[in-house]
Amino acid sequence: MAAEREPPPLGDGKPTDFEELEDGEDLFTSTVSTLESSPSSPEPAGLAEDISTNSNGPKPAEVVLDDDREDLFAEATEEVSLDSPEREPILSSEPSPAVTPVTPTTLIAPRIESKSLSAPVIFDRSREEIEEEANGDVFDIEIGVSDPEKVGDGMNAYMAYRVTTKTSLSMFSKSEFSVKRRFSDFLGLHSKLASKYLHVGYIVPPAPEKSIVGMTKVKVGKEDSSSTEFVEKRRAALERYLQRTVKHPTLLQDPDLRQFLESSELPRAVNTQALSGAGILRMVNKAADAVNKMTIKMNESDAWFEEKQQQFENLDQQLRKLHASVEALVCHRKELSANTAAFAKSAAMLGNSEDHTALSRALSQLAEVEEKIDQLHQEQAFADFYMFSELLSDYIRLIAAVKGVFDHRMKCWQKWEDAQITLLKKRETEAKMMVANKPDKIQQAKNEIREWEAKVQQGERDFEQISKTIRKEVGRFEKERVKDFKTVIIKYLESLVQTQQQLIKYWEAFLPEAKAIA
Amino acid sequence: MEEHQEAGKEGKPSSTAVDLHGDSSLQVEISDAVSERDKVKFTVQTKSCLPHFAQTEFSVVRQHEEFIWLHDAYVENEEYAGLIIPPAPPRPDFEASREKLQKLGEGDSSITREEFAKMKQELEAEYLAIFKKTVAMHEVFLQRLAAHPTLRRDHNFFVFLEYGQDLSVRGKNRKELLGGFLRNIVKSADEALITGMSGLKEVDDFFEHERTFLLEYHTRIRDACLRADRVMHSHKCLADDYIPISAALSSLGTQEVNQLKTSFLKLAELFERLRKLEGRMASDEDLKLSDMLRYYMRDSQAAKDLLYRRLRALADYENANKALDKARTRNREVRTAESHQQLCCQRFERLSDSAKQELMDFKSRRVSSFRKNLIELAELELKHAKLQGPPGTPCQGAMETRSWGNKGGTLAASLAIFQCQQALHGKVQDPELGTQEQSSRRATTPINPGTDPTQG
Repeated sequence: MAAEREPPPLGDGKPTDFEELEDGEDLFTSTVSTLESSPSSPEPAGLAEDISTNSNGPKPAEVVLDDDREDLFAEATEEVSLDSPEREPILSSEPSPAVTPVTPTTLIAPRIESKSLSAPVIFDRSREEIEEEANGDVFDIEIGVSDPEKVGDGMNAYMAYRVTTKTSLSMFSKSEFSVKRRFSDFLGLHSKLASKYLHVGYIVPPAPEKSIVGMTKVKVGKEDSSSTEFVEKRRAALERYLQRTVKHPTLLQDPDLRQFLESSELPRAVNTQALSGAGILRMVNKAADAVNKMTIKMNESDAWFEEKQQQFENLDQQLRKLHASVEALVCHRKELSANTAAFAKSAAMLGNSEDHTALSRALSQLAEVEEKIDQLHQEQAFADFYMFSELLSDYIRLIAAVKGVFDHRMKCWQKWEDAQITLLKKRETEAKMMVANKPDKIQQAKNEIREWEAKVQQGERDFEQISKTIRKEVGRFEKERVKDFKTVIIKYLESLVQTQQQLIKYWEAFLPEAKAIA
Repeated sequence: MEEHQEAGKEGKPSSTAVDLHGDSSLQVEISDAVSERDKVKFTVQTKSCLPHFAQTEFSVVRQHEEFIWLHDAYVENEEYAGLIIPPAPPRPDFEASREKLQKLGEGDSSITREEFAKMKQELEAEYLAIFKKTVAMHEVFLQRLAAHPTLRRDHNFFVFLEYGQDLSVRGKNRKELLGGFLRNIVKSADEALITGMSGLKEVDDFFEHERTFLLEYHTRIRDACLRADRVMHSHKCLADDYIPISAALSSLGTQEVNQLKTSFLKLAELFERLRKLEGRMASDEDLKLSDMLRYYMRDSQAAKDLLYRRLRALADYENANKALDKARTRNREVRTAESHQQLCCQRFERLSDSAKQELMDFKSRRVSSFRKNLIELAELELKHAKLQGPPGTPCQGAMETRSWGNKGGTLAASLAIFQCQQALHGKVQDPELGTQEQSSRRATTPINPGTDPTQG
């Protein structure tokens, strides 16, 4: 899979590098050779036909020599704040503006900073995809969500996020702009899009979930690490949500989305509140839907749908299981980190009270090593979480949306079926009237028949349409899914490698100290 | 110098170089151990050319209680008051492990057979590790006794080593345990009293320094030991976490029809290897760090006990002095008071001398043990770099060759991860166009994938 890495900063010639990217060179050649400490001529990251993601994070450091790995995170932090390295220029595009301003959120401690940036900025602008779209549309839009700011005070406080868009698409008035949005705005956007598109078969990406506990802590003003973590988690989730939404070619055209991205003032979406009238209505509808689903028996004429539904069902189960396990992993790694830090402290104290000087020094060194390792563990935990765990939960929700779309198709079928039944009844009525010879009633019956015939036809058309749309959507969804997972898996692997590398370094540094004990 | 047991072959832990001060006239080892329902039977084998013994090589079977009996015999013996008595080995405790195995057996049905097998394997390994450790602890206790010039000549020790039959020593019943507990309280109260006693001044700076040092050291090492235990526990939890993840990934992989299939399966494999590595790192830390800290916690307690005894002797000496003065003024029973005072003085001086020697030994023992274990810890963590590292790796030159039973090491993990990445990279394709392996274009990996890091 591919080259999430850009060509190493050779200073210039991105276009020239781009040529070489034709070659499906193994991405990790560069990584591998650096690990050998051999100054690899930085081989351009291979762009297999697939994605090229614009990932922030440790990437640039890969082509750097081993020794520089120390500066890995320093570099990464720097890199990102300068806006991540250039994306590959896309063939047909106009010179695109620079980069996603995923600025490190200022609330969070520097250590977390570099990690938040590793949160997958999954963004496709591959030639492949464009060719596939086959509409010559330049898919050229980048979205960033950043700078969470607390607005207001007390229980009426809320977090405002800056949504920045960089694009060269013509439908937007400017090429770069940003607005301030709050969480309920995002929810409002989603509900609008869902109401317009879900029932015709488009898979609308679901918005991040509400969290009363989390928000309350923030409102109350608790400035501790858990609330900053919560804000960061939410920010990353909102960013991924928007990115997925704009990736969808149909949704991108939607005026509501454009308004969301562009206009400085947005009408407050009160219908998203859980306890509002609309909220209660939503809950009632959901219940009704659930009941209906159980009663609809659909004659599936198309095996494809059944197969796909089954597949998604299985996938859902598996993902849930995996997600639970990964969450446990994250939790334990955090614990490990905390315990290691505690041990480091007591090792330091032990070193202090030891009266043999060399041993004392060695123990203090051990304490330092353990402290560094604790940091490593913490970073790895972040990686675990932001890459792996969040991806899984995103997909669990996405699959729920997919299932919803299938359900809509069923409802559509039901409507068609009902129309057909009604038509039949109307015909029967007409026949009866014919026999009973009541001319005015016959006329009425004929009218009704015409009406229902039209409805039946409409129903059939709708059903065909939704089936077609779903097929396309599912195809697209699967492709996206494969890309997403691959990207994240590779990123995650890299983070694991990083951790291991660092561990090696630390222990190597410690070994001579231990040997020096006289 | 005591050594910690290697995780050697089953049932026969071999101790690495026990330095008997160059004297091999008495070699003791635990050649075998059997774990029965609720007790462990150790086979203590002695090789000796000392005239006292009837044969040159013989073995007996002993249980934990008999070790404790031996230890207590030393402690209560006035002759050894000036020596650091090696700390008694801890009771073999398989409770926790047994419980976990049981829970697994009853366990819930939601885990797959594979997962179950793996978890069972883990628990069995844990059980085995605890077993080996307890054997090591008991062996070290005996070996220290055998190495000490004075302690090795104790009559009880000979009986322990030689007497073929059961020593009929039962475990302490509740009364005795309570008695022991009360004795400890009395001891610490006494100590507090003595130090507060007016007129009692420490004549020797060396001991003053040692006392303050030991008090602080003991507390801190106890702390460090506790926390090291927690770290190890976390590592183990982490390793265990990989099991369900790996299982979920493989089932995901088998269900997928597209190219994610390989990715998931490879990732599952990777996690499996990572699990083994994490498990090894956990047990390495356990052996080299936690155990060492624990041992020295006990040893420093024994040293503290020695200091207490000396202090007690000093107090007795002072008291005898005072009594003598009183007797002289009253001019009654002067003779008895004099002889008593003489005795106390002698005892005190004897204790002081041997205590000094013992404490210095303690220090050098401690330093060398720490050194050894810390070096081994670092080397274990790096081990694989030496065996697997590509040429030019900085760490390669720095390491001695050591071959431990388990090939842990962080670079093994890197290797595993790389192989996974390689595999993923080979299948880079758009699903619509079908999977085409780009094997022709795959760059050759400089790391030799032939060596299996999980061997051993």
